[in-house]
Amino acid sequence: MAIRHDIGAEAVAAKGFWAAYRWLLLRRTSQLAVLLLFLAGPLWGFWIVKGNMASSLTLEILPLTDPYILLQSLLGGVTPTDSAFIGAAIVLLFYMLVGGRVYCSWVCPVNMITDLANWLRRRLGLRTRSNLPKSSRYWMLALTLILPLVTGVIVWELVNPVSLTFRGIIFGFGLAWIVLLALFLFDLLISQDGWCGRLCPVGAFYGLLGNWSQIRVRADKREQCDDCLECFIICPEPQVIKPVLKGVEKGYGPVILANECTNCGRCIDVCAEDVFRFGNRFANYNETTKPVGQAVHAEPGRTVS
Amino acid sequence: MEKMAESRPQTGTDRKIHRRQFLSTTLRAACGVGLIGLGLGLYSRQASSLSATAIRPPGAQPEEVFLGACIRCGLCVRDCPYDILQLGQIGEEVPTGTPYFTARTGPCELCEDIPCVVACPTNALDHNLTDIEEARMGLAVLIDQESCIAFHGLRCEVCYNVCPIRGDAISLDRRHNVRSGKHALFIPVVHSDACTGCGLCEKACILEQAAIKVLPTHLAKGEMGKHYRFGWEEKAKRGKSLVTPDLEHQYNLPEGVRYELQGRGLIIDQPQDQLPMSANPLETLNRGMEDR
Repeated sequence: MAIRHDIGAEAVAAKGFWAAYRWLLLRRTSQLAVLLLFLAGPLWGFWIVKGNMASSLTLEILPLTDPYILLQSLLGGVTPTDSAFIGAAIVLLFYMLVGGRVYCSWVCPVNMITDLANWLRRRLGLRTRSNLPKSSRYWMLALTLILPLVTGVIVWELVNPVSLTFRGIIFGFGLAWIVLLALFLFDLLISQDGWCGRLCPVGAFYGLLGNWSQIRVRADKREQCDDCLECFIICPEPQVIKPVLKGVEKGYGPVILANECTNCGRCIDVCAEDVFRFGNRFANYNETTKPVGQAVHAEPGRTVS
Repeated sequence: MEKMAESRPQTGTDRKIHRRQFLSTTLRAACGVGLIGLGLGLYSRQASSLSATAIRPPGAQPEEVFLGACIRCGLCVRDCPYDILQLGQIGEEVPTGTPYFTARTGPCELCEDIPCVVACPTNALDHNLTDIEEARMGLAVLIDQESCIAFHGLRCEVCYNVCPIRGDAISLDRRHNVRSGKHALFIPVVHSDACTGCGLCEKACILEQAAIKVLPTHLAKGEMGKHYRFGWEEKAKRGKSLVTPDLEHQYNLPEGVRYELQGRGLIIDQPQDQLPMSANPLETLNRGMEDR
């Protein structure tokens, strides 16, 4: 497969700049807006949201707690307050509705770093692949939950790059930028999609929530695909596209149900043929065969490299 | 591209290769992650150490519990009206992301409503703490008697005066000034039953380096053997002696003579001229002969 330097060029020509970059721009806006909400207080004394992504209080009333971090704390052995449970429940429900890994692509600041590494990787034509299996993240997830159980310390939060970045931006970095630099270089030079796509247990946790996600990317017009491969190249989890896009004969419906899909919408952007769109998870019909249930399509997510 | 299980025809040989591949990748991932876990576990032991000058906010659970509970959200930092709290950063001697303050630069002002505890979502700062005077963040210790000017006979008492629980947490003990021979020393003495470890005294200490410092309680406090009992306290508790009272020693002394234990020695009650024995030995020899 040729490494293409002009991903999206065709889409710009066909659809115009806005349509070819819409979801990327919206995503960046969302990521920066979340940061700004948290920064408005410490920078300008405009307290909309206090705390950080681990736990926050919006307008002095709405508690939001990261269910993954709260789970680690629970395993550490101390009973949190009711507001922590309420906050975690709200976050859980939200991501179960809109897509678990929406956290990764629309909120997490590390995504901007790894996206930059990926962009540079394509620009420089770096072809190194990764030996890390995509399933490593689930082992990491298990590890981060076992460690507090065994040691009584939330060990993962000492080094979690996602928390480090968020906290760093809002409360001051210290030497945490070294971790981020290491992560950037790791993704750039050692392992393609190494962090977000293979190791990050935060993404793995939210991915599991995404099993119930209502909002999904659909390849409703997959018959229009002209095999340009741009969506495969741009997608951080390309294995989720293949069965949906090319599996008509095998009975796959048009909805990307794999929980690894981050709902980033880049495939929608770069496709000049308008194959993809955001939609719901229902009406997952295969035109050539018969209506297919969701159970069959939970499978494409579980990949073996 | 990742190879999809579903996209390959499931012939016999193919499945075999596939199973082998699956096992090897799984093993690789498990071992790799196991190694990361080992590294993380070791790192956490070292990274969990808290420097003695970093003091946890009021109500903080014992450190080992705290590190399992605190999710490092910084809500306590935001709700501190005096902005004294900070989150530990990588490279500092504080577990990453956990809140602390430094008494010398910003001590705890002991807010009555304890907003930092109220803000904590995880009970890492214990919500059972409702009376700020019950907080035990550490213990103030007058650690350097050589530089504390009170020990040189100078009137200072700043630590005593800024103490929010003055008189109970810090008292002034008067001692004799041996150097001048006629003045008093006013020595600040910290009492651990009342000191909250807020650090106002350390902040206020007038020296270049504070002579009174807040230390973690486990560093500041000694501990007596569990079996130690003070006789006088036990006696007071029981209201009487715990053992059969000693019989008063019976001295075999002549009439009118006692032995004084408090240091005066032999006491003779009768005046000298009424001694049972006369100074004249003849009278002793002739005792009982007068009637004859």
